[in-house]
Amino acid sequence: MTSTDGAFVAFDRVQKSYDGETLVVKDLNLSMPKGEFLTMLGPSGSGKTTCLMMLAGFETATHGDITLDGVSINNIPPHKRGIGMVFQNYALFPHMSVAENLSFPLEVRKIGKSAREEKVMRALDMVQMGDFAGRRPAQLSGGQQQRIALARALVFEPELVLMDEPLGALDKQLRETLQFEITNLAHELGITTVYVTHDQTEALTMSDRVAVFDDGRIQQLAPPDELYEQPENSFVAQFIGENNTLEGVVQEIKGNTCIVKLDSGDIIDAVPVNVNNVGDRTKVSIRPERVEFNRERLHDDAHTLKAEVLEFIYMGDIFRTRLRVAGTDEFVIKTRNAPDQERLKPGQMIEIGWLPQDCRALDA
Amino acid sequence: MSEPVIAADGRPLKASLNRALRRQKMRALALIAPLLIFILVSFVMPIADMLFRSVENEIVSETLPRTVAALDAWDAGSGETPDEDVFNALYTDMALAVEYKSHTRLGSRLNYETTGIASLFRKSGRRVGKFDTDVYTKAFQDADPRYADPQQWVAWMADDSIRAKLPMTTSAYDDWAKMIVEAENDVPSEEEPWDFVYSALYNDAVSGAELPVSVDVSGITPVSLRTAFGDIDDKWLNPNVWRTIKTYSPRYTDGYFLNSVDLMKGAEGVEARPENEQIYITLFIRTMIMSLSIMGMCVLLGYPIAWLLANLKDRTANLLMILVLLPFWTSLLVRTSAWKVLLQQQGVINDILVWIGIVADDNRLELINNQTGTIIAMTHILLPFMILPLYSVMKTIPPSYLRAAKSLGATNWTAFWRVYFPQSVPGIGAGCILVFILAIGYYITPELVGGTKGVFISNRIAYHISSSLNWGLAAALGTILLTIVMVLYWVYDKIVGIDNVKLGG
Repeated sequence: MTSTDGAFVAFDRVQKSYDGETLVVKDLNLSMPKGEFLTMLGPSGSGKTTCLMMLAGFETATHGDITLDGVSINNIPPHKRGIGMVFQNYALFPHMSVAENLSFPLEVRKIGKSAREEKVMRALDMVQMGDFAGRRPAQLSGGQQQRIALARALVFEPELVLMDEPLGALDKQLRETLQFEITNLAHELGITTVYVTHDQTEALTMSDRVAVFDDGRIQQLAPPDELYEQPENSFVAQFIGENNTLEGVVQEIKGNTCIVKLDSGDIIDAVPVNVNNVGDRTKVSIRPERVEFNRERLHDDAHTLKAEVLEFIYMGDIFRTRLRVAGTDEFVIKTRNAPDQERLKPGQMIEIGWLPQDCRALDA
Repeated sequence: MSEPVIAADGRPLKASLNRALRRQKMRALALIAPLLIFILVSFVMPIADMLFRSVENEIVSETLPRTVAALDAWDAGSGETPDEDVFNALYTDMALAVEYKSHTRLGSRLNYETTGIASLFRKSGRRVGKFDTDVYTKAFQDADPRYADPQQWVAWMADDSIRAKLPMTTSAYDDWAKMIVEAENDVPSEEEPWDFVYSALYNDAVSGAELPVSVDVSGITPVSLRTAFGDIDDKWLNPNVWRTIKTYSPRYTDGYFLNSVDLMKGAEGVEARPENEQIYITLFIRTMIMSLSIMGMCVLLGYPIAWLLANLKDRTANLLMILVLLPFWTSLLVRTSAWKVLLQQQGVINDILVWIGIVADDNRLELINNQTGTIIAMTHILLPFMILPLYSVMKTIPPSYLRAAKSLGATNWTAFWRVYFPQSVPGIGAGCILVFILAIGYYITPELVGGTKGVFISNRIAYHISSSLNWGLAAALGTILLTIVMVLYWVYDKIVGIDNVKLGG
């Protein structure tokens, strides 16, 4: 989707450089329909926050166009863009009460006092913080501050809301609750949301689509399930979820399957994703939970590998077993803790295999 | 009611806790003890002494004890010169004071209140030993040689019954003996008492006391000391001089404070000083207004710089910070003298203004030796004290607040004024307090560049400390200045709240 027609938010060949020597964002193209919850995911320094800041107006694009509802916003100052924003450290004004914080965007929009109070109360109720209007931000817990920051970004009814790692400072349980609340709220209000995070679980659970950033580019833009199950390159495969990698050379390509000869000499089946020619080096990616060691459940003609169990870790809901396979000690399989599940023992020799479609031959 | 909590060993928990904390407290105390003692000795005690000097007035009653006692009976409002008794007392006091050389100090002290008394005391000190009172000495010694025997005097003055009969003589002899030991390094048993002792003996005898060896005193022609003092200087016959002595005879006085606010003790209580002597109220007001202007200038000039420093990259900010601190590393005198060079009428600034054509050559600006000079030079000197607290407070305001405000729809100005500025107020408060308090007590710079119109109250205090030596007045002025600062601090605390003052962090 490089076309910007009909998109609500669009980046068109956007580049950004701070020092004139290196590009932090390289040729970014992205378009979002109205009402979408899009997450920018990536390691630090991948350019995702810069993109968000350009959209908010705090950074200017060195090249390219950013459009909002069809209008180029490159030269519109931040306060005129009407974009709600939630900051990493919440950025609640410490000298104002919760109600004053929420009322601030309405005051600068010259909305009358009674309308203001009504909107503030409605926004506070929306995040279940109606009783805290008179408090100062410093008197609130992290989670409460986050709710207020969210309410403040929504109180002036923006069509686009940006969130910059808003849950980064919270503990796990609270984070999960708030993830759920934020997505619900965004969908209920029909707001278009751009969410920046480096937490892949957060990205997968909250988003309609996820843009995986690395090295100033979007590596893959896809819905969470597609991203996880069908990574388009080895960076995405590595970055999202746990992943086993085996290196080898493509020996044969037949339609949507291929044969890969691993460096250890073993032969496996895989789906060619971005390998084109026989003889290309490839990194083969298999998710740990898709690896099968029960011979009965595999196709008869499936290629299998010999494996030695190195370590068995009991994790409650799952078992995590580390194997030595095809010359690597880091091959991991995950099995569900079911009554009939076999618990492997270190030293045990097994045979592993997988369905050909679960094994993806990616770029080396 | 809840039961007191008991610790594991059965004692109340509170007592156990206190015992555990006591050791810690003792250690903390031991750690601060050296500094505490140093501050007590070198700071608190001198200040307390200085404050005490603003009301202390022992010199009159210590130097002229008898005169002060005799003046009790004299009515200051009568407009008449005191009687012979007072002059008799004054004679004894002066004769002793001259030996201690304390009469000149007393003269200077009383001169603050009535001009001319200093020279009166000096003149009288020179002449008081030459009074004709030796006729009494001669008369007593001629009547009986024992009156000339030092040993005999010692014996008499050791006898309580004789002492009781001769009060004036005893008092004069005791002080004389003390003076002989202290001022002359002699022994009373080897020295013949001086004339004023015999004079006192005569006065005792005339008032009907029984002498140790009876002498007929009716044959002695009395010497009028009133006339004798009047002959030295007729000011002694002026009731005003005596009223001054009587007014300032108590051990404590509010005179210095009255003086500090341009008042004085007149014949009918407290009254305003003559207009040409009223300087202190004007000086206090000027000091306040100029300190406030300097403070305001510092805020205006310092705020943008602090903002820039807080928002630059660390490397650049550190470089600029060195420039801010540079004046600290230059001597105050050098900096102030530099301003003299820059600001004078033939100085650099005027030259440039004339050269550009803004100012006519024959109408050069007066930038120094007036209030303008003081304000310019002191703003420069005190600016770092405004920038540093501002900077350290601004450094703690995350830039995301401004961004948040803008994303919420505020213009740059609204974002600054509604969000950034309120958070920098603690820094402004700290800077203002620092600058104002430093300014109000500054004296070197106003002294050098202030001329006559641009000096502060502290210059007057320095003058009284080092030139006029009127320490009491200096102490009173200092006390008033301290009180003003504390009252302002209190007002500030009430309005802004001292918790809102931050030097950083």
